[in-house]
Formats: sequence, structure tokens, C-alpha cells
Amino acid sequence: MLEPVYSPAFKKHPLQWIQINLFYDWFSSVMTLLVGYLLVSFLPALIDWIFISADWFGSSREDCSGEGACWVFIGARFDQFIYGFYPPEEYWRVNLATVLLIALMVPLFFENFTKKAWLIAFLLIGYPVIAKILFAGGVFGLEQVDTEQWGGLMLTLIIATVGIIASLPIGILVALGRRSEMPIIRWLCVSFIEVMRGVPLITILFMASVMLPLFMPEGVSFDKLMRAMIGITLFQAAYMAEVIRGGLQAIPKGQYEAADSLGLNYFQKMGFIILPQALKLVIPGIVNTFIALFKDTSLILIIGLFELSGIMKAALNDPDWLGFAIEGYLFAALIYWIFCFGMSRYSMRVEAKLNTGHR
Amino acid sequence: MKNPQRNPINTYWNDPVFRGRVFQAVMLIAVIAFFASIVSNTLHNLEVRGISSGFGFLNEEAGFGILQSLIEYNETHTYGRTFVVGILNTLLVSALGIVLATIVGFLIGIGRLSNNWLISRLAAVYIETFRNIPLLLQIFFWYFAVLGVLPHPRQSISWGESVFLNVRGLFIPDPQFGEGVGFVVASFFIAIVAIWFIKRWADKRMNDTGQTFPVFYTSLALLIGLPVLAFFVSGTTLVWVMPELKGFNFKGGITIIPELTALLFALTIYTAAFIAEIVRAGIQAVPKGQLEASRALGLKNGQMLRLVVIPQAMRVIIPPLTSQYLNLTKNSSLATAIGYPDLVSIFAGTTLNQSGQAIEIILMVMAVYLTISLVISLFMNIYNKRMALVER
Repeated sequence: MLEPVYSPAFKKHPLQWIQINLFYDWFSSVMTLLVGYLLVSFLPALIDWIFISADWFGSSREDCSGEGACWVFIGARFDQFIYGFYPPEEYWRVNLATVLLIALMVPLFFENFTKKAWLIAFLLIGYPVIAKILFAGGVFGLEQVDTEQWGGLMLTLIIATVGIIASLPIGILVALGRRSEMPIIRWLCVSFIEVMRGVPLITILFMASVMLPLFMPEGVSFDKLMRAMIGITLFQAAYMAEVIRGGLQAIPKGQYEAADSLGLNYFQKMGFIILPQALKLVIPGIVNTFIALFKDTSLILIIGLFELSGIMKAALNDPDWLGFAIEGYLFAALIYWIFCFGMSRYSMRVEAKLNTGHR
Repeated sequence: MKNPQRNPINTYWNDPVFRGRVFQAVMLIAVIAFFASIVSNTLHNLEVRGISSGFGFLNEEAGFGILQSLIEYNETHTYGRTFVVGILNTLLVSALGIVLATIVGFLIGIGRLSNNWLISRLAAVYIETFRNIPLLLQIFFWYFAVLGVLPHPRQSISWGESVFLNVRGLFIPDPQFGEGVGFVVASFFIAIVAIWFIKRWADKRMNDTGQTFPVFYTSLALLIGLPVLAFFVSGTTLVWVMPELKGFNFKGGITIIPELTALLFALTIYTAAFIAEIVRAGIQAVPKGQLEASRALGLKNGQMLRLVVIPQAMRVIIPPLTSQYLNLTKNSSLATAIGYPDLVSIFAGTTLNQSGQAIEIILMVMAVYLTISLVISLFMNIYNKRMALVER
């Protein structure tokens, strides 16, 4: 058998590559030189500040020389950034819940694991109960930890997970309602979507924190965290509904008619024929909504909950650690970035895998 | 049919129209009952807490100062006035943000498609970095980490003794025109009218004879030239009021508070990352055949961009661009986290805390944002209809 041979065009000399990609014409050359100059003059100083001159080890601000970044601050407060004000002797409960979640999710990534549906059902129904017991305690001899003590990255992830899991089904229902032939249902769904999308999340959170207590009968009160979760979930559900509606509209009419002529009822038609196709089409939009939700969790610091951004802001006001705002915010930004970027890359992979080439 | 003599209840239940009506009625009753219980609970709770409802509080004296106001405002003005001041500040930061984010976003989006590897990589890094970090964190970064460490007023950074930058803000000279400024303003509008006529004439001439006319450069010259000419001819005086250090801070001139700068920076950089992606997608949506066709017609690069690519790309770009503008306007409410006096910060913050009228205030604030949203999407829909492809 012959060895595969690339056509000559693929064998580009490095100099040729540089000529085409950096110095194609005079404009490109000027831009390359200009941007190159800026990079050369700033990048080394930045790398030096972040890595080389930075101080990594120690326990107080005296360990920082001041020449580079002071990562000692992050190290000293690391537990707080992750767990908030959770009692340190109970950290194992949060860790256990996390390890359990990861262990349960690993099989989902294996192609030849067949009981995925059962596992997903357990993840959606069984796991939240276990996690709630572990986090809040108060039963089985676990010490009770109030939600006010939850904080940091842990709280960010709890709100984001609950929001993501809850906003998808609500969004699907509202999107179906908006496309429904029943005028009252459609009208209700349109109003919900337009109101939620027309106002900033902050006003919804303000409403949840200031007005919700007034709406409840006397004696009934929601926990602050619960109110924030309801606010964020409903807000993103409206955006989710619009994304999914886009997918529903993109499905050809013939599919609806074919399902009808097979004698499927509404839920069979939607569940087996329309939604699987529609959701697949709008995966990027759905994941973008998830990412938006993840970023929006930072807003709950405005109503006084200390998730990652909130706890960072509080830590930076500590008189012992004044003046490390850049380090603090860079660290928080990096954590958010890893999660959001990871989600967007994962969605690209799923999209590529599910792409059956019909489009 | 298995059972021709069906039970009447089953007949009704199998009729989708009947079923639909029952379902809708149940939903409607449930929603009405839900809202009715909310209203009755609220009225009861308000009574128990002794809070009076109504909009009478809008006429009461506010008694607090506001950092930045576009209209005259002091402590003796009413709560109603704080509402207007808040709206104007929200509109100011949104309008500035929209203009800046559009410019930066289009530049980055075009850069993303550049055939220069360095530029397109940098644009990609910009987009992937800034859209994956929460806006609130970016606002904090600019406000606390960058602007918060600027020197105190006495050690201000200054350029030519007229522009000063310190922790209290950016201070720039304030231009004061003398009499005759009306001529300058009028000449500006005359220039706009003239450009409209020139454009019409140039289009007609191009359609008739095929000759082109440099409308863009003529317009630019008119827009700048006419007002400058009017300024010298009318003999208007121009006095710059310089900011001066008095006591602990600068007086005179125009002050741009750091809250506004930080918010504007963060909103611009964050939204520009999204706009850049929209612009890239829009330009890529123009089929390659269109470019080849315009090359075959002998259009130059600039003409191809202006006459073929941009009009077609704009069709794809405008709808998502509108929703980014709306997002920016709504996101400007994050101002409350750093104390820029926008609608949410002043009215749903200070005014609410002082007056205690939570329900009225939150509803008013929501109504304002809803109105802005609906008005912008209305205008954009009209524009979109005009731009849309006219098909047979």
C-alpha cells in the first residue's frame, strides 16, 4: 500500500506562513508590528507581576514583598472563598457531597454505560435530597448549618445547579405554552416572558427580597436563599423559553403533521418527535442561558448573600488585607471563567456529537 | 371503533376543543386566585405593619443629596424628582455605553475575521475572556482595583494643567460659549440637511450616469467645516472654565465621577465581546458567492464592503444587536453595587429605604425598564422590517 502523500500546497514553509498570516499587505504588516510592539512591551511585565515576582507562600501581608502579585492573600482566605462561613469542622460534608456528585456523573460520560436514564433520575431526585441533608444538617445527628453560613464558591455552585436544573423544564413548559393554540395559556406565557425579559434581574431580586415577605400569609416566610433561587430560576426560565421557542419554530410543519397522523397525543408528539429535535437545534442557546445564569449568581450579593463575589468583596474590606483588590478580583474572575468557558466548550462537543447532518 | 356507544363524559373528554377550554378555565382561575391571594395578603400585611400605600410619598421632600444629576437637584427636592434624576442617569450611562460598545464591538468583530493571525487571535482571546466573567465582577475590578487606587486630589495626575485625574474622578475644562452660539448650532443642522440633499443627488446621478460621488468625505467636511466657519464668522467667544483645586477637591469644569467611568468601562468591554461575536456571525453569513460576484463586477475592496457585504450582514446583525442594547440598558442597573446614582440605586435604594414604599417603588422601576424595552424593540422591529429582504 502506498503511503499517503500530502499535496504540495499543504507543505508550507514557516516563512511562507508568516508572510501570509502576518505580513499579507501593508495594513496587515503595520498592525502586526504595532500589536507586536504593544505585546512585547506589556506582556513580560504582566507575566513577571503575576508569576515571577509574585509571592506565593506565607500567612500575613508581611510575607508579600510588594513587587509582584500577593497570592498569599488568596491562600490565607482560600477556605472562606470556597466554603463561606460554613463551620470548618463540617467542611467534610460539602466535600462528600461534591465527591458523590462527581462520582455519580462520571458514568454519564461513558458511551457503553446503559442505565443512564436511571442514573439521571437518581441525580435529579435522590441526589438533591442527600445534598440538602448534608449541607443543612439537623437530622441523623448532623449539626444544623443555617443557609446564612453557606457562602463562597459552594453557594455559587448550589444556586447555579438548582437554577440550571429547574429553569430548563420550566422554560420548556413556558415555550410550549407560548406556542399553544389555547389563547389564554398563550397570553399568560407571553406576559410572563415579556415581563421577565423586560426588567433587570436586580429588580426581580429586590422584589424577591423586599416584596415577597409582604405577599405571603402571616407566619409563612421563605429563607433568603430560597427567595434568591426562585428569582434567578424564573428570570432565566423566561430566556430559556425564548431559546426553546426558536427551536420549536425551526422544526418543519411536516413533523407536527406526521406525528398527528400517527395518532400520537400532544405529550407523545412533543416528547417523542418535536422536543428531541428542537432541543438539539438550540443546544448552543441553552448552554448560553446556563452560562448567563452562572454569571448572574454573582448578583445575589446585592441582597446580602455571600457567594464567591460577595465573599471576595467582604474579604477585600478586611483591614488586615487592604489593597489587594486586583489579586482578589483576578482570582474570582479566573474561577468564574473556568466554569463558563468549560461549559461553552462542552456544549460545542455535545453539539458536534449530536449533529446528525440533517442541517 | 371498539365501542360505538360511548359514555357521554368520555366523548366530551376526548374532544380537544372542550378539553382545551376546561384547561384554560382552570388555569385562569388558578392565576386569578393566586394574584387575589397575593393582593389580600399584601393588604393585610401592610395594615399590620402600619404602612400606608399610594403615591403620595412622591411629593414629600427627599432630604438626601445625589452624586450626579443632569437636572437641578438638591436635598429640598421631592422623591418624585429623585425618580426623574435616576431615569436620566440610567439613560445617560446606557446611551454612552451603547455607542462605545458598538464601536469597540464592531472593531473586535472585524478583527476576529482579519487575515492577520495575530489580530484574529487577540480578538478571540478578548471575546472568550470578557464574556465569561460576570459583569458585576468586572465593575468591581474597574471601580475598586483600578480607579480606587488613583491618587488623592492633591497628588492628581494632570495633563497640561487642565485635565486632572484622581480618586474623586476625571476633571475636564467646561467650554462656555458666548452669544452667537445659536449660529454654530444652526449651521450644524444646516449641514445635516445639506448632506441629505447631496446624498439624494449623488444617488440619482449614479443611477443615471454611473458616476460616483465621494459622499462620505463631503459629509465629513460639511459637518466639521460649517460649524467651524460659523464660529469664526459670528464672532462667538469661547471660554474654557478650568477645574481648580480648592480645599480637598476640584471645583469648576466638568466632573466625570469614577462610578460612571467604572460602570461605562465594564459595560462597554463586556457588551462589546457579545457584539463582536454577533458582527462576526453576521459577516460570515454573507455567502461567498456574493463576494465573488462583486469582484467579478470589478468593485474595489471598500465598495464591496460598503455596497455588498455590510447591507447583507446588517440584516443578520440587527436583531441580536438590539437585544444586546437592551441587555446593556438592563445591566446598567448593576450600578447600585458601586453607588452610581442610577434609577435602581437612587430610587429602589435610597428612596425606598427612606420612604418604605417598597411595592410602589419596585413597580415604578419595573415599569420604567419594561417601557424602555418595549419602545426599543418596537423601533428596532420597524427598522428591521425596512431592512429585511423583500421577497416575492
